Parts: sequence; C-alpha cells; structure tokens
Amino acid sequence: MSYFDSTFQLSLIVGLFTGTAAGYLGSFMILKRMALVGDALTHVALPGIGIAFLLNINPFIGAFVFLFVAALIIWRLEQKTKLAVETLVGIMFTASLAIGILITPEPELFEALFGDISKTKPIDAILAIVLAVIVTIIMRRIAKQLILGTVSEEFAKASGINISKINLIFLMLVSIIVALGIKVVGSLLMGALVIIPAATSKNISPNFRSFGFWSMVIGTLSTGLGVWIAFQYSLPPGPIVVLTSIVFFLISLIKK
Amino acid sequence: MPLILKVQNLSVSFNDQEVIGDLSFELEQGKTLGIVGPNGAGKTVLFRALLGLIPHKGSVHWAKEAKIGYVPQKLTVERELPLTVGEFLEFKSKNKDKESIFRALKSVEPRWHDEYHLENHLLKKRLGILSGGEFQKVLVAWTIMDEPTVLLLDEPAAGVDIGGEESIYSLIHKLQKERELTILLISHDLHVVYHYTDEVMCLNKTMLCHGIPEEALTKESLSQLYGKDTSVYLHKHSEF
Repeated sequence: MSYFDSTFQLSLIVGLFTGTAAGYLGSFMILKRMALVGDALTHVALPGIGIAFLLNINPFIGAFVFLFVAALIIWRLEQKTKLAVETLVGIMFTASLAIGILITPEPELFEALFGDISKTKPIDAILAIVLAVIVTIIMRRIAKQLILGTVSEEFAKASGINISKINLIFLMLVSIIVALGIKVVGSLLMGALVIIPAATSKNISPNFRSFGFWSMVIGTLSTGLGVWIAFQYSLPPGPIVVLTSIVFFLISLIKK
Repeated sequence: MPLILKVQNLSVSFNDQEVIGDLSFELEQGKTLGIVGPNGAGKTVLFRALLGLIPHKGSVHWAKEAKIGYVPQKLTVERELPLTVGEFLEFKSKNKDKESIFRALKSVEPRWHDEYHLENHLLKKRLGILSGGEFQKVLVAWTIMDEPTVLLLDEPAAGVDIGGEESIYSLIHKLQKERELTILLISHDLHVVYHYTDEVMCLNKTMLCHGIPEEALTKESLSQLYGKDTSVYLHKHSEF
C-alpha cells in the first residue's frame, strides 16, 4: 500500500475530521449522561441507509434524516416526561435496527452495520470536512449553555437560557456526526466513536477546557491511527478504530 | 417603599392536581420575605412560577427595576464533573474578566480575599468536590455577579453543616444590607425566619399566615401548617 494511495488519503481525511468532531460532541453526551441513548440512537440510521440504497441516493442523507427524526422524538419525550424515555428509546431503536436489517440490500448491509471507509469518494471527504468543521463551531457556541443545563436545568432556565432550544440544536449536531461516522465504523459501532474518546478524556482532565480538548485529540488519534493500522494490515477499519480508542481508554485508567 | 412584586390569584396545577391555589401577596422593595411550610407545600413551585419557569394561572407582576437572581435548592453536582469553580464563574463574567469573579467571591466570603490564593486553589477546584457551604457560596457569588436587585433563595443552607449554616445566613443578611436587595427565602427553619426576615408567609397549597414573624407565626397558625406537634418549632423560636 502506498501512502499516496487516494483511497487511503480520502479515508484518513473522513476518519480524522469525523473523529475530532465526534470526540468533542461525545464529551457533552457523557456530561448529559446520554451515552446509552446516544448509542441506541446510532442504530436508527440503519433503515435510513437501507432506504437510501433502495432509492440510490447518498446513504448519508438517508441516515441523517432518520437520525434527526429520532432525535426529535427523544427531544419531545424529554420535554414531556423524564421517566419513560429510556424504555421507549430501547424499543424504538431495536425496532428500527430490525427493520433496517430487513430492508437493506444484502451486499450493502454489512457496510451499513460495520462501515466501510475504503469505499470513500471525494465527495464524502468534502462532506466530512465541511460538516465536521460546522458542527464543531456550533458546538463551541452552545457549550456554555449546555454545560449550565447539566449543572441544573432550573438554574440555566432562570439565567435566561432556552434549554429546550439548546438541547434540540445539540441533538441535531449529534445526528449529523453520527450520520458521518457511520461511514467510518458503521451503525453498530458508531456509539464508540462518540463515547470512548470522551470517557477517556474525562479520566485525565482536571477541567472543562482540557476535557473538550482531549476528547477531540483522542477522537482524532483513534480514527487516524485506526485507519492507518487497518490499511497497513488490510483489516476492516471500523473495529480497528474502535479498538484503538479502547487502548487509549485503558491507558487513561492507569493515570486515573 | 414601592412594591417590587405583586402576585394575584396565583394557581399552579400539575396533571389536574392543584399545587398552589389562589395565592395573592405583595412585597415591598428591600424587604426580606421568609416562606415556610411542610414538604410538598408548593414552596419551590411558587419560586418557579415567580420566575416564569412553569405555566400558571393568575398574575405575577415584577416591578421594572426587579432583576432577579435565583439560587435553587441544593444542587447535586457529580463529583467527577470536569468543571472548575473558575470556569463556572467565567460563564457569567463578561469578557472573562477575573476582577468581577474576585469581587463576587470576596463579597460572599470575607476569607476569600487573597486573589493569588483563590486563583491557585478555589478557582482550580472542581465544583463537585466543594463542601456544601463552599458550593452554596459559589452559587451565591455566581448569582450576584450581574448585580441583581432581587434574590430568590431556596433552602440556601440545605446540605451545609451547622457551623456553615450560620455563615450562609449572615452572608445573606450582609448582602441584603449592602446591596439593598429584596430577598425571598424558603426555609424550613423557623429560627432563621425569626432572625433574618421582615415578613413571613406560611404556605401549604394556599396561604395560611402572612405578616411579621412575631405576629404571623402563632401556635395556631403553626399547628395548622405543620399538624399538631409543633412544640419543637415553637421551642426553637422561644430562644429569642
């Protein structure tokens, strides 16, 4: 394999940008205790991808539409009640996984479940760069409001913050990043890309600033190194990226 | 003194169950109002309605000069939350200037006067590892950073040890005097209400007493409020 191989370069670009943004967003998902909801949410992308394949449109669009609708449902549920959300999320999302498996054409199913970065086209790389940058910038802008909301919703509301709007924006950003990340690690493992770098960073960060920073760095390193190792040894990139991030997590436990 | 708050026929219901019914009262600028009542009496709900955070019937009218600061009931912040006191207070300061942070901290705790020490210790601590009293003071500091004229305090000494409790209340008293604040204070502690408030309101879904503490908190009104056995409460205030 040559490092100037365009497939490798494109994969690396998609991986790095998605990994960075996913790591950063993940840090807020962890703070909001959304790790499990976020993981289940990623499965909703599957029927969207299936339909996109059937209609012959970019799977990113199908995944994003389904994720965003699911995010809206979570958002509504959160507003209405705090109790039943987890159960409903569990039911809805396993249902969509089942439907997704049924409707996604067999050859593409594996790709949708486990990702296949090696089929990256230039348009995917451009999409990844643009969206990852936009998502990271918006995330930075709402970071303060979001973290105050995690300290206390009442407190944030009384400080004039529209928590419900901020939560909606956040869920939309999550949908975009998950839809992007599915290309890299697939819908089954996407949860890892958001959760593990942030969990790792939490172990080593004394404050909020370094928490966000290290989440991004570890997200970038996990996808970057993972894609490189996968190409080097002709292994599937998805699981390698996830395992790389887990190695970082284990190292962070020692420091903790 | 002009009125700062006028509440008329306030009612709040959750799922058809009335939590506050037909409550009307007024508060003059610069006064401290204590709100007492048993658990589930609707005290916190009243605050949330006054802040406009929940739907309600009736009217809540704040004067134009009312700028409200709110310190909610004991917040529990996860120990591991990677957010330092400095970062938390920076969220409130304009242009992240340290001066306003130091000013607020000095104002809530005289012992916090050494800026170098604050910078290297308190401001670098995580919110989750502060003691109850420290955390409460940091919350008050956060609240006074944008110079409110009204403070809503919900059980400010809950989760604070006994020594700390006294210092929280003398802090509130000091702020009230220095800044001529109007204060609404929820407290389960009648001792505190006697000592630190100008007026008291007994609340249990509706108003059961209202007036200056010595007159409003009678044996009758208290037994109506808390049930028969109020000897403990009465005993407490007899210390004064």
